[in-house]
Amino acid sequence: MDLTELKPGEKAVIKNIKADEELKHRLLSMGIQKNSEVALKGYAPGKKVLKIEANHSCIAIRDEEARKIEVFKK
Amino acid sequence: MKKNLTIALVGQPNVGKSMLINAISDAKLKVGNFSGVTVEKKEVEFDFKEYRIKMIDLPGIYSLKDYTIEEKVTKKFLLEEDYDLIINVVDATALEKNFLLTAELMELEKKMIIALNMMDEAHKEGIIIDNDLMSEILNIPCLKISAAKRRGIGKLLNKAIEIAEKPLSKPKLVFSDTVEEEIDNIVNFLKEKGYKSQISYRELAIKLLEEDKDFYNIMREEPVWIELLPIIREALEHLYIHYETKNVEEIFAQERASFVRGVLTETVKYQKSFQETLTDRIDAILIHPVFGIPIFLFFMWLLFQATFELGNYPMELIDLFFASIIDHTKEILGDGLIGSIIADGAIAGVGAVVSFLPNIVILFLGIALLETTGYMARVAFLLDGFFHKFGLHGKSFIPLVTGFGCSVPAYMAARTLKNHTDRLITLFIIGFMSCGARLPIYVLFTGAFFPQEKAGNVLFLIYIAGAVFGLIAAKVLKTFVFKGKDEPFVMEMPKYRLPSLKLLWHTVSTQAWMYLKKAGTFILAASVLVWFASNYPKNPELEKEYAKKMELTENKAEKTALENELKAKLLKESYLGRIGKATEPFFAPLGFDWKLAVALEAGLAAKEVVVSTLGVLYALGETNETSQGLKEQIKKNIPPAAAAAFIVFVMLYLPCFAASAVFTKEAGGVKYLIYLFLMTTASAWTMSFITYHAAKLLI
Repeated sequence: MDLTELKPGEKAVIKNIKADEELKHRLLSMGIQKNSEVALKGYAPGKKVLKIEANHSCIAIRDEEARKIEVFKK
Repeated sequence: MKKNLTIALVGQPNVGKSMLINAISDAKLKVGNFSGVTVEKKEVEFDFKEYRIKMIDLPGIYSLKDYTIEEKVTKKFLLEEDYDLIINVVDATALEKNFLLTAELMELEKKMIIALNMMDEAHKEGIIIDNDLMSEILNIPCLKISAAKRRGIGKLLNKAIEIAEKPLSKPKLVFSDTVEEEIDNIVNFLKEKGYKSQISYRELAIKLLEEDKDFYNIMREEPVWIELLPIIREALEHLYIHYETKNVEEIFAQERASFVRGVLTETVKYQKSFQETLTDRIDAILIHPVFGIPIFLFFMWLLFQATFELGNYPMELIDLFFASIIDHTKEILGDGLIGSIIADGAIAGVGAVVSFLPNIVILFLGIALLETTGYMARVAFLLDGFFHKFGLHGKSFIPLVTGFGCSVPAYMAARTLKNHTDRLITLFIIGFMSCGARLPIYVLFTGAFFPQEKAGNVLFLIYIAGAVFGLIAAKVLKTFVFKGKDEPFVMEMPKYRLPSLKLLWHTVSTQAWMYLKKAGTFILAASVLVWFASNYPKNPELEKEYAKKMELTENKAEKTALENELKAKLLKESYLGRIGKATEPFFAPLGFDWKLAVALEAGLAAKEVVVSTLGVLYALGETNETSQGLKEQIKKNIPPAAAAAFIVFVMLYLPCFAASAVFTKEAGGVKYLIYLFLMTTASAWTMSFITYHAAKLLI
C-alpha cells in the first residue's frame, strides 16, 4: 500500500520509495526514507495535499508524490 | 589588538539561526549577498573578551548536496572559505531530523560546536537531553541554549574561543561495519601509496563512495586514480548488494539515519509519551479542511484594512508636515526658480512618497508576521491544491504574497521554487500582485472617488482583481508557453513560534529604510526631472501675451481664469507635455489625457513617481490654493470611467525599473524582460480599454 491509503491518524513504516532522484533527495534530506516511521495527520481542503509526520516534524506533500512512497502497517 | 575569530553558522531552516544572531547584543548586522548569487548573506561582528568575532549566517539547508542554490552556497563556503569553526544550530525539539545534517557536517572533519537551541521548548515538551554524554559520543561539544530567551549565549561563545584555540579533535562519525570496511580499504590504499591530500583520507574516501562530483573531478587528475578506481568500484558493488539499491545517496542517508538514531537513543529521553503539542492544536483550527481558507482570507482582509485605516492617521500628519515645509521654503527662497525647484519639485515629490510610509510599514509588518510565526507554510499547504490547478505551486504563494509588499524581494523569494518552469510562471505573474508602491496611487484614487468608509473595501477589491488576473495569466502561460514537469511538493511545516520583537523590528525597519532610501535618491531625482520637464522650455512670448490681456481686465475672476489658462498652455508646451502629447493617441482609447499618460510613463522608473508626477502636474494650476489637496484636484479633473481604467492600467503594467532589473536576473536573460514588457503592456491596455468602456456604460 502507499501513503495515500492510510487513514488520518494511522502510522506506518516506509518500505520503499519509488521516486526520481530529485524527489528522493528531497525526501531523504527530510528524513523520509526506508524503514522510518510516518503518520498521516490529515488533508488540505480538496484532499490534494497531505500533512504527514516523520521524525517529529510535520511535512506537507502532494498526493502524486505520496503515492510513490510504499508503506506497511506495523 | 583584538584577535579575529570567524564562525560559520550552519543549520536547517527554522532552527532559530537569525534569532541567535539577534540575541547577541551590541552586534553590528550586515546584510549582503553571496558573491555571484542573490542568496542573502547575513553577518555580525562584535567584540567578545579579547576577540573580534565575525559570525556568518549561512542559508538554512536540509542537506549538503548540490540540489538547491542554498545548498550549493553553503557547501562552497564550508569547503573553500576561511573560517575558524562551525556552529551547527539544531532545534532540540526535532533532533532526529536536525542531526541528519549534523552527520553530514561531521564528515567535513572541521572544528565544530553543536548548539542545542530552543531548549526552553524542549523542556516544556518533556525532552531530556544528556548533552555531556552526547558531546562524548560525537566528540563535539554540545551546548544547550535558547536564543529566544537569550540563555547560554555567553557559554557558547566561550566554548567557540576554546575550540578555536585548540588543535582539531576529529568528530566521531561511525558508519555500519559494511561501510566502515570499504572506507578502511580506500584509506589503507592511500596510506600505502603515500598520497598527499589537503583533506583527510577518511573524508576523501567517504566523498568518493558518496559519488561526490567535485571530488571525482579533482581525483581524476591524479596518477593514483587508475589504481584507486577498481577499489572504489568493488566497494560500491558490495554496498549495492548489501543495501539492495544502486542509489548511493539513499545508502548514505540510511547510514546517517541509523547513526543518528543510535546516538539519540543513548542521549535523549522523552519524559512524556507522545502528546498533542500546541502546534497540533493551533493547526486543528488554522488548517481545518473547511474553515482554514476562510480564516486565511479573513487575516488577509484584516491586513489590508489595517494598512488603510490605521495608516491613515499618521499619513495626514506627515502630509501637514510637508505642506508646512513647502510654505516655509517658499517664504525663505521666494517664488522664483530656486524656490520652485526645491519646494514644488523636490520637497513635494519626496513628501508625497514619504506620506505613504505608514501604510507600507503596516503591510510589511503583516507579511513579516506571516513568515516568522510559521503561518506562511500553512498557507502554502492550504492553497497548493488550488494553485496547482493554475500551473503554480503552493510555494508560489510566498513570493506572490511578498509581491504585495515589493516586487524586488518577491522575485528573489521565487528562488524557493526549484523547478525552472514553476519559477518562471511565478516570476511572470508577481507583477500583477500590486506592490506597496502602487498602494499610494490606489489610495489617492479610491480616496478621491469613494467615501472614507468604503475606500478600504474598494482597495481590497483592487488587490483581489490583480491576483485573480495573475492566476488566469499563470494558467495561460502554463498551457501555452511553459509546458513541463511540475516540481515535487514536499515542504516542512515548522512549529508555530512567537517571533522576537527584535527580529520583526529588524525586518520591517530594513524594508522601510530601503523604501525611504528610494525616496531620497531615485524618486528625488525623478521628481526634479519631472519638475524640470514640466517647466521648460520657457515660453516668454506666450507669457507676455497673457500679461497684456490681464492688464486690460479689471475683473478678478477673469484674471484668475486667464492665469490658469496660461499655466495650462505653458504646461502643454513643456517637454513633459510634448512627451505626453506624442503618446496620447496610444492612451486615448482608454480615456487618458496627456497628464495621465505622462504619469504612467514616469511610473516606469518607480511607481511612487506616478503620485508625485500627478502632484506636480495638477498643483501647478492651483498654486494659490495650497490647502486644496491632490485628491480634490483628481476628483475635479478626471472622469470616473477614466480613473477606473487608470487604476486597472497601474495594476497590470510593467513593474518599476529596479524590479525589472531583478526580474531579468532571476528569470535568466533580457529576452524574458522583453516578454514581460509585451505581456504586461498588452494585458494592461486591453483590460483598461474594457474597464473604460464598461464604466462609461454604467455611469
